[in-house]
Amino acid sequence: MLLTEAEPLSNPLTPATYRVVDRRVETGDVVTLSLEPTSGPCPFAFKPGQFNMLTSFGVGEVAISISSAPGAPGPVEHTVRDVGAITHSLCAAAVGTVIGVRGPFGTDWGVDGLDDKDVVIVAGGIGLAPLRGAISYLVDKPGRSGRVYVLVGAREPDQITFPDDLKRWERDGAIVKVTVDVPDSRWWGAIGVVTTLLPTVDFDPARTVSLVCGPEIMMRFTVRGLVDLGVPLGAIRVSLERNMQCGIGWCGHCQLGPLLICRDGPVFDYSQALEELISERER
Amino acid sequence: MDLSASFVVDRAGLDGLLGALEARGYRTIGPVVRDGAVVQQQVSSTDDLPQGWHDEQAPGHYRLHHDSDPSLFGWAVGPGSPKSEFYPARSLVWRATSTGDVVTLEQPREDSAPVALIGSRPCELAGMRVLDRVFAGGEVPDPGYRDRRESAFVVVAECGTPAATCFCTSMDTGPGVADGAEAGYDLALTELTSAGEPRYLVRIGSERGAEIAEEMGGSPCQPQDLAARNAVLEEAARRIDRKLDAANVRRLLAGNLGHPRWDDVASRCLACGNCTLVCPTCFCGGVTDTTTVDGGVERHRQWNSCFDLAHSLVHTGPVRATTWSRYRQWLTHKLSTWHDQFGMSGCVGCGRCITWCPVGIDITAEVAAIAASDGAVPVYIESGGDRS
Amino acid sequence: MTENIGELVAEHPLFSGLPVDIAELVGGCSQNVAIATGQLLLEEGEPARSLFLLRRGHVALEVHEPGRVPLVIDRIGPGQAVGWSWMFPPYRWHFDARALEPVGAISVDADCLRSKAEADPAFGYLLMKRLAAVMLDRLQATRIRLLDVYGRDVAH
Repeated sequence: MLLTEAEPLSNPLTPATYRVVDRRVETGDVVTLSLEPTSGPCPFAFKPGQFNMLTSFGVGEVAISISSAPGAPGPVEHTVRDVGAITHSLCAAAVGTVIGVRGPFGTDWGVDGLDDKDVVIVAGGIGLAPLRGAISYLVDKPGRSGRVYVLVGAREPDQITFPDDLKRWERDGAIVKVTVDVPDSRWWGAIGVVTTLLPTVDFDPARTVSLVCGPEIMMRFTVRGLVDLGVPLGAIRVSLERNMQCGIGWCGHCQLGPLLICRDGPVFDYSQALEELISERER
Repeated sequence: MDLSASFVVDRAGLDGLLGALEARGYRTIGPVVRDGAVVQQQVSSTDDLPQGWHDEQAPGHYRLHHDSDPSLFGWAVGPGSPKSEFYPARSLVWRATSTGDVVTLEQPREDSAPVALIGSRPCELAGMRVLDRVFAGGEVPDPGYRDRRESAFVVVAECGTPAATCFCTSMDTGPGVADGAEAGYDLALTELTSAGEPRYLVRIGSERGAEIAEEMGGSPCQPQDLAARNAVLEEAARRIDRKLDAANVRRLLAGNLGHPRWDDVASRCLACGNCTLVCPTCFCGGVTDTTTVDGGVERHRQWNSCFDLAHSLVHTGPVRATTWSRYRQWLTHKLSTWHDQFGMSGCVGCGRCITWCPVGIDITAEVAAIAASDGAVPVYIESGGDRS
Repeated sequence: MTENIGELVAEHPLFSGLPVDIAELVGGCSQNVAIATGQLLLEEGEPARSLFLLRRGHVALEVHEPGRVPLVIDRIGPGQAVGWSWMFPPYRWHFDARALEPVGAISVDADCLRSKAEADPAFGYLLMKRLAAVMLDRLQATRIRLLDVYGRDVAH
């Protein structure tokens, strides 16, 4: 079996090499890596909501959401939470480390077509990372007639990710509200689960699209909260997650009933069928 | 010869075929008896094939018997399938080396000889079509799989002796194969044993098949040969009494995810994964990255099973933590959600999962049990009250 | 032996002390049910069709999340009631409730109960008072639990 450098690398499981050009610690276990190709310009365009498969050489490969906005020049940002061996290794990667990148994969939040909509974005915990690029895109896009609402839930104040972005988005016209489950003595904001923020914002359900991301329990309850306020099911989009190993529909791990998360998701339009799917135990 | 021609050869003609394949550089894989089963191995002459061997299969049961029968194909299927040739159980995907802060990736080039399959069954041909859709018919085709498939020469042997676990007739995948190029074979054989030494009716399914057929010799096909073939297939179909309601099973399983039968089968299932290993269409596989002693990194791709706890691992733990949910996943995928994902059934009715399950779980019986109480939910024992 | 279901309702703390005809009214909507260990009385997302008055055995109110063992919200036992979502649209369960052991309960049909409450406002008010009292009690307890009073000290 011969190994060769001369032929183009055709196997879709082979990553391109990127380098860490910036590393920012967001909270205790969350790090944002800025990646640039080791040679040449960034070869791909992506849409908010999509993900890349990042390889930490020698450790493994994992699906990570792209957290920067598309169209912004420069490195592509990926926000990683340290929950296992591979993510631990990525979170510890110093500037200059070579990382493998495959992608982008999956469906996106569809932010292009939302100019005249009120967009209600509900993020729980690290769920803000896959939404970050979408929020920046919407807040910065000129000529939008709809408002942008960003509702964020975190466990404790020091686990709020991207606090600087939250302030920036508010300065640039978004309505931003944050709630925590467990406050500290300096916290003056809302307390309670993120669904409690929904009735406090004044959006028009008839022209609203809602983007929701977080733990599945949080998403199920948020959807119910939105529906109770009159948002049609089909106007809600969620981002789902399962074991992702190839990103290209070969490995069979990311199945959720009839769906392949890598191909049909991770962003899904909500529907009765989807609700039944994620309400089933151990599906 | 044109594509619609068929002809008849004797055993010497089959040896001619094997010789012609070897001369063209094929690595010919065919059935042999080894370790008490019919398995796939490299063959060079008809002497290697299972002459006089017959299999006896039942749930959790496989035995071979031998007699003086001159037939070469008097058995149904063994535990292996063509899946192993086109989608190896473990393969190297790439190798990375680093010098300083530069990482270089290399891919292995496949330079093994193209494969010729002798004696694949119609259900196995159907299995290859299922994997073709998964690996070559999606948005991201697997170039290695596609190259191996396109370069493979396929000689299918129609079934005259189905096993008791077969149900290809329910899945429309056997016991015979249709004429023509869409069927997916280069040559099709039907063993005719009615008169003394076996003869083989050969049908051509491709240009490649036509070209090799010229070296097999043989005599033109007579009406009585066609009639003999029909008789073989009709008798084989008649003998298959295991059934699956393929038209209804997709809806049936999708609508019965909470059926009590899943608890029942889970109490028997060992989650050993044998079914996924022997199944010609199970394709789940993962990637693992390892370091090598010289400081390099290798990525391998290898078969996984949805019966593994690790199959559905998210960072907090497995989504399908119980045997109950993993068995349900396997069967609903195979017979129901495969349609949603790939537009076809994942099952070809070969019966291997039934034979090779150590506790003899029979998917046709499980489906029938669910169908018999379609819509059942765990029952509350009730008494009293008229809800007026 | 067929027990008088109305008497069983009257014995249950949720309805005890109410006039006999109220218990009979509720009994007319009720059935005696037995649920095996591990079975779900309530399944998230499914139509909410009954109020369950527990007589025997304990039930865990749970939420499932992929990759985790079901998170137990509460444990409900004999003399208590489980299942409120039948009271308000969309009449679908918000949680799972699983029998931790063999459970005996009175299952009160929700459509029947709601229509009787609509038809007879006095009965409806009595019913709501009883249900609201239990819900308030549970809310207070949940709020105090959320304070995590045994947890680590919060930074000052």
